[in-house]
Amino acid sequence: MKILVVDDFSTMRRIVKNLLRDLGFTNTQEADDGLTALPMLQNGDFDFLVTDWNMPGMTGLDLLKKVREDDRLKTLPVLMVTAEAKRDQIVAAAQAGVNGYVVKPFTAAVLKEKIDKIFERVEG
Amino acid sequence: MAGTNKDSEADIASVGTEIRDLAESMLREVERGDFGKAVALVNDLNQVRDRTLYDEIGRLTRALHESIKNLKVDSVGAASEIDSTTDKLEYVLEMTDKSANRTMDLADAGMPLANDINERANRLSVEWKRFLNKELKPDEFRALSKDINQFLTDSAEQSQTLKSQLSDIVLAQDFQDLTGQVIHKVAALVKDVEGRLVHLVAMAGKVDSITGITHAYPEVEPEEPGDGEKTVAAEGPQIDKSNKDVVASQDDVDDLLSSLGF
Repeated sequence: MKILVVDDFSTMRRIVKNLLRDLGFTNTQEADDGLTALPMLQNGDFDFLVTDWNMPGMTGLDLLKKVREDDRLKTLPVLMVTAEAKRDQIVAAAQAGVNGYVVKPFTAAVLKEKIDKIFERVEG
Repeated sequence: MAGTNKDSEADIASVGTEIRDLAESMLREVERGDFGKAVALVNDLNQVRDRTLYDEIGRLTRALHESIKNLKVDSVGAASEIDSTTDKLEYVLEMTDKSANRTMDLADAGMPLANDINERANRLSVEWKRFLNKELKPDEFRALSKDINQFLTDSAEQSQTLKSQLSDIVLAQDFQDLTGQVIHKVAALVKDVEGRLVHLVAMAGKVDSITGITHAYPEVEPEEPGDGEKTVAAEGPQIDKSNKDVVASQDDVDDLLSSLGF
C-alpha cells in the first residue's frame, strides 16, 4: 500500500505519516501542495491519497478535482484531513468526490476509523 | 483613488489660472491707479483661496471616511475582520497552551513507567548475575524466577503504554499547523491594514499640497472588493465553533456526509 501525504505544514505531514506507520502503512511519500502532488500521483503507483485542503499553489480541493478528472487516477481513494470545518466546504468536498473527511484537530482513532471505512468500501 | 487625485490636480490647476487672472487684473488696476478695484480683487483672491480650501477639505473628509470604512472591510478571508483578530490570537494561545500541557502530561505519565522498567531490570540483572555465578539458594531462585516472570508481563504492558503515550505526544504537535494557518491570516491582515494606513497618511498629507508643500508617500491601491462571486475557498481553522455554518466536531462531519449518502 503506497500512500501520498499532502500538507503544506511539515509537522502535520509527520504526524499523519507517524499515525499511518502505527496503523501498519510504512510506504508513504510526502508533498507540500497540490502542484507537487499531482505529478507524483500521475507518475507513481499510489494506492491512497491523504490531503490537506488549505495549501498555497494548488489547494487540496483542486487536487481532488484534478485526480477525479484524470482517467488513470479517478478511482484513487482520497481522504481529506483539514481544518476547514464549514458545512458548505464539506458538501463541496463530497461533491468533488472525496472518500473521507477528517477535521483537524483529530485523534489517531478517528483517522484509523476513516481509513478502515474507505478500504472496506473500496474492497467491498 | 488615482482618479480622485487627478480631479484634485485639475482643480488645483484651474484655481491657479483663476488666481493668476485675478492677480493680473489687480496689477492692472494698481497701474491704472484704481486702488478701490484692486482691493476688491484682493478680496476675490481670498475667496478663491477659501473655496479651494473648503473643497479640498470636503474631498479629504469623504476620502478619509471611505478609508476608515475600508479598514473594516475584510480583504483577507471571510472570518478575518480586525474585530476577530484578537479571537484568532487567543485561539493560537489556547492551542499552544493545550498542546504544551498535553505533551507535558504525557511525558509526566510516561516517566514513572520508564523508571520502573529501568529499576526492576537493574535489580533483576544483579540477581541474574548471582544465579549465573551459582550463588543463589533454591528458594532465592524460585523468588527470582517469579520476579522475572512478573517483570516480563509488566514491561510488555508498560512499554505498550509508553508507545501510545509517545504517539499521542507526536499528535499533540498538530497545533503548529493549525496556529500557523491562523498566524498567516493575521499577518496578511496586518499587512493589509498597514497598506491602508499608509494611504491614509498620504491622503492627510494632501492638506499640505493646498499650501504648496508636497510629500512623496507611496501610492497604495486598495484591494478591489470581491464581486460577490460564490466560490468555496479554504479559510483555515474556524475559531467560532458556535457558528451554524461550521461543524462543531468530527461527529457533525460524519452526520453531514451520511446525509449526503456517504
